Amino acid sequence: MRIVVCVKQVPDTTEVKIDPVKNTLIRDGVPSIVNPFDECAVEAALRFREEHGGRVTALSMGPPQAETALRKCLAMGADAAVLISDRAFAGADTLATSFALARAVAKIGADLIFCGKMAIDGDTAQVGPGIAEHLSLTQVTNVQKIKEVHADHLLVERVCDGGYELVRAKTPALLAVEKTVGEPRYPSVRGSVLAQQTEITKWSAADIEAPEEKIGLNGSPTQVMQIFTPETQLHSEMLEAPSEDALCDLLIGKLRQAEIL
Amino acid sequence: MSLKIRAELCDGCGNCLERCPFGALEIKGGLATVLETCTSCGACVRVCPHKAIELIRQPRKAAPVKIQDYRGVWVFIEQHEGRIDQVALELLSEGRKLADERGAELAGVLLGSGVEALTAECFAYGADKVYLADAPLYEHYRTDAYTDVLVQLIRRYKPEIILYGATNNGRDFAARIAVRVNTGLTADCTGLSIDPETGLLRQTRPAFGGNVMATILCPNHRPQMATVRPKVMKTAAPDPERSGEIIRFTGRLSEEQIGTRVLDIVRGAVSGVNLQDAEIIVSGGRGLGGPEHYHLIEELAEALGGVAGASRAAVDAGWVPQYRQVGQTGKTVAPRLYVACGISGAIQHLAGMNTSEIIVAVNNDPAAPIFNIATFGLVGDLHTILPLLTQKIRALKQSGPAEKKVGA
Repeated sequence: MRIVVCVKQVPDTTEVKIDPVKNTLIRDGVPSIVNPFDECAVEAALRFREEHGGRVTALSMGPPQAETALRKCLAMGADAAVLISDRAFAGADTLATSFALARAVAKIGADLIFCGKMAIDGDTAQVGPGIAEHLSLTQVTNVQKIKEVHADHLLVERVCDGGYELVRAKTPALLAVEKTVGEPRYPSVRGSVLAQQTEITKWSAADIEAPEEKIGLNGSPTQVMQIFTPETQLHSEMLEAPSEDALCDLLIGKLRQAEIL
Repeated sequence: MSLKIRAELCDGCGNCLERCPFGALEIKGGLATVLETCTSCGACVRVCPHKAIELIRQPRKAAPVKIQDYRGVWVFIEQHEGRIDQVALELLSEGRKLADERGAELAGVLLGSGVEALTAECFAYGADKVYLADAPLYEHYRTDAYTDVLVQLIRRYKPEIILYGATNNGRDFAARIAVRVNTGLTADCTGLSIDPETGLLRQTRPAFGGNVMATILCPNHRPQMATVRPKVMKTAAPDPERSGEIIRFTGRLSEEQIGTRVLDIVRGAVSGVNLQDAEIIVSGGRGLGGPEHYHLIEELAEALGGVAGASRAAVDAGWVPQYRQVGQTGKTVAPRLYVACGISGAIQHLAGMNTSEIIVAVNNDPAAPIFNIATFGLVGDLHTILPLLTQKIRALKQSGPAEKKVGA
């Protein structure tokens, strides 16, 4: 079984703070991490390999420093890593991104593709299905568990409103996973040493035969028109009272006014 | 488009660095330098005091589709077991406004098995037409079967705009459609409007964990498509007198050609709470001090008739199960009332709840960032305040008028 797991390097948004005066993001010193959902995808891929055999290749698109994210995947236990990196990929929206990744997946060859549910910096959840469509593969999103593996299909649990669907999915397939598929393992010491020694394959746009008009800004139908800071809550009010008892009464009064109570 | 720094004007002041939401600028050798992560959003152009940053607009190649052929606004009518999801009604209400502004029709796209009766509801909420695919094949949402139908409808009837709820199914569906018809898709929008000059759909969404808002356009491809966050758009009052045209349609795929089959739907067996549909949520964070105090959150939630949630800090500490987590890597919620107890207000938490109607924050640190977005802030010890509040609300509900006003 040839398994590809797609990962994205993202800024650790839990470490981002807002400048209270300028109301802008403070990015200095914000570390880059593997997108938390993608770490779970790596975990799911590794568990799959452990039970059913196969080879796991981690794939990422990004600037050269995204190599760090791939080293983490190797340290966790991935067999190989591929980074597609090219200035021509810059400014890609989800359509252009999924196109480039799909070309790379096709070049690697895959029977099963794992993705995280979404990336925490973009929150779109669009790239996984995009890759599946470019490759005409079956997709299952919001996967919380792989229950059974058969020669030509899988049984998986897909999260839905208030529960889950039990889905039979033909393979080859792309699975976008929830965090509940499994807590990502910590890299072992041996794994970390091996990861440093493993060579990461680097491909340019030409290497994956991605035409210029399909990638980067040129291949992106959407355009960012404007970026602005959201308005803060207009009616922000600190409630003050001589005692906690009175404070509670004050709040209850406010909630009654708002017709919540 | 690309960004150009005019070296003769730039003095390396760094104003642009602070403004860039993508961290795509740096100062090298006293000059601002553009990195690969630049998306040409232009946020930096306006803040440069020296006018040293320019957005170079390259002449566009001819549009790949004849955009003037595309007319009308469509809404994907997501339904489960014969009931239309609330978000679809919200989108019909919003879609009606957009269609009127464009002087065009509003249509619902309804797929399911035995769902024809639901068309009346679509008309009542503003649809002029409903494209209906009603067959056992469409009983459950399935990517392949639904995509086949909608793509054919798009090719034949050419809508200008399509809106989907940003639900698990809506996101799965829209992302697949966008690639097959080669168009743009904006995820999880919280604002939609028509640009008065160009007539384009302005799609506004929180970006970077809700810290900035981005307005996105799709100028040269059609349809313009967006998934829209549930509970953001207001539902208009239905008009049961309205009627419209039903256009019946069937896809080309047979059961064998569909990659997935839904064998069973198991409800309630997993995450015991439905945070996303709750009108009232009470969440606890690190300030609780330990799992033994989480009952304070649950009791207040129960007294208010809501559900109990938690911040990532409380979940990561192992105090509360993950399915209760609100925030960027947990659930995104927008209840009428959100009570944050002992939650400092990290960005990734705010991103998951900052569109709540009323936010109450209880925290003993008056400098906690949560107070910046709280409608009502209470500084104090939650271990004292919460039991008092619970007791008072219980008393009020027992004595007060039985009528409850929660719910739209």
